[in-house]
Amino acid sequence: MEDVAIVGAGQSVFARSCGESIRELCFEAYKEALEGLDITGNDIDASVVCSAPEYDKQRSPSGLISEYLELTPKPTFYVETVCSSSSTGLRVAWSLIKAGLHKTVAVIGFQKMSELSSRDAAERMGRGGDIIWESPFGITMPAGYAMYARAHMARYGTTEEHLAKVRVKNSHYGVANPKANYRKELSLEDILNSEMITSPLKKFDCCANADGSSCIILAGGDVAKSITKKPIWVVGLGAATDTMSMAGRKSLTGLQCAQEAAKQAYEMAGVKPQDIDVAEVHDCFTVSELLAYEDLGFAKPGEGAGLLEDKETYVEGKIPVNVDGGLLSKGHPIGATGGSQIRTIVRQLRGEATEAQVKDAEIGLVHNIGGVGQYGNVTILRR
Amino acid sequence: MGFENFGTVSFTAEAKVADFITQLEAGKVMATRCRKCGGSYFPPKADCPKCLSSDVEWFEVKSQGKLLSYTVVNYGPSGFENDAPYILALVKFDEGIQILARLSRDIEEKDIKMGMNLTVNPAKLPDNRIAYEFRRA
Ligand SMILES: [Zn+2]
Repeated sequence: MEDVAIVGAGQSVFARSCGESIRELCFEAYKEALEGLDITGNDIDASVVCSAPEYDKQRSPSGLISEYLELTPKPTFYVETVCSSSSTGLRVAWSLIKAGLHKTVAVIGFQKMSELSSRDAAERMGRGGDIIWESPFGITMPAGYAMYARAHMARYGTTEEHLAKVRVKNSHYGVANPKANYRKELSLEDILNSEMITSPLKKFDCCANADGSSCIILAGGDVAKSITKKPIWVVGLGAATDTMSMAGRKSLTGLQCAQEAAKQAYEMAGVKPQDIDVAEVHDCFTVSELLAYEDLGFAKPGEGAGLLEDKETYVEGKIPVNVDGGLLSKGHPIGATGGSQIRTIVRQLRGEATEAQVKDAEIGLVHNIGGVGQYGNVTILRR
Repeated sequence: MGFENFGTVSFTAEAKVADFITQLEAGKVMATRCRKCGGSYFPPKADCPKCLSSDVEWFEVKSQGKLLSYTVVNYGPSGFENDAPYILALVKFDEGIQILARLSRDIEEKDIKMGMNLTVNPAKLPDNRIAYEFRRA
């Protein structure tokens, strides 16, 4: 069976409000993904469209986007794992190619969150939990992660300052990313003094809702080599779940779905955490990045904060993480997020990440989580 | 009656486990246990995926639980605006189950300690709504 590579990767600018329709938004990412390749839309055999439902009114968006991009009559369908939808899309595309059903597949992720007020968006996210048993209590995404943060603090002595240091780093790199929504550098004091949203998480511990799209084009080995000089190989895929309810969680000091997905991806790629040259992790909240360090094995359980203290996750460090600014700077248009993380790693491995290039990066990792640790996806890429 | 009056905002009413509400109104917070294999469930399940039996019985959650974690929510989603601030908590009980609910308003934030003992009790809400909450043991 032939290997599978990413041949193209694009994203729109992520913004609080894009002022366009979802189909137009998707075009931006699609255009960037196809640019520079020796193929056209006619060569794309299938598309997988990824988003979380109920933010815009369009039902069955895959058909609409397929029409706008003139991908008809090729097959298209929709996949969803909330915030990790486009990593799931990549997994599906990989298997379609591996199975020999299609040669070239586009994974298109999008979300237009600005169609809703912040409170209505929070309500949708609350219903991304158990709607009979937990949503009626007013659970939100930040509240779920805040409970992980509180438990991590109690067990390991992690502090609010440690969490803030994640944002200090990510805001530093966000300044240089032209696709990011938030491009101001934030100081430790700015973050620690910002308004409390759900304790211990403050305003600047949280990423912003955003509008955005991403597009990743995958192809089988021979096709990939014929259409790009720099194919990026998908060498490790991991996916796992945890309970929808918070009540079902066995641990609150790490995401078990991420630990399991990481184990699978490392095993498939035949690499270890110390082999990873650059990583994108799902920093929907500052605490999420800290948990990721430990869940991915970059640090031992409870020692994630040490990586920040020693600046080991900066570009010059041992394991650079989110040096595109992360979700905290870029914004988090749910269905587009995984594709944006993958795009960043593709650019790093191609040596094209001009804003913050990790020297000679060969192996990269993407950690993309759906919900409050409900869906875990880890992807390992190699140049 | 089903779940239509459960919590601040309920999103669906019908469920085979709707008896939970009848018992909640009678003053008890219940979980289910499979009569065939003994598996216990909260959220309550009407069916046991372990042995595929639907012969389950109710049992009351009576033990003193321990606080695993909590958060003070200052920003409520649509429908919960007027509730904020409220404190969500996850509590582990001896019956082998965990429950997510709010802390009683009698408990102030400064008095919360991780691991503190709490019980789960029915709680009347405005407009004839009902839920359960954690109280100091
Ligand atoms: Zn059973």
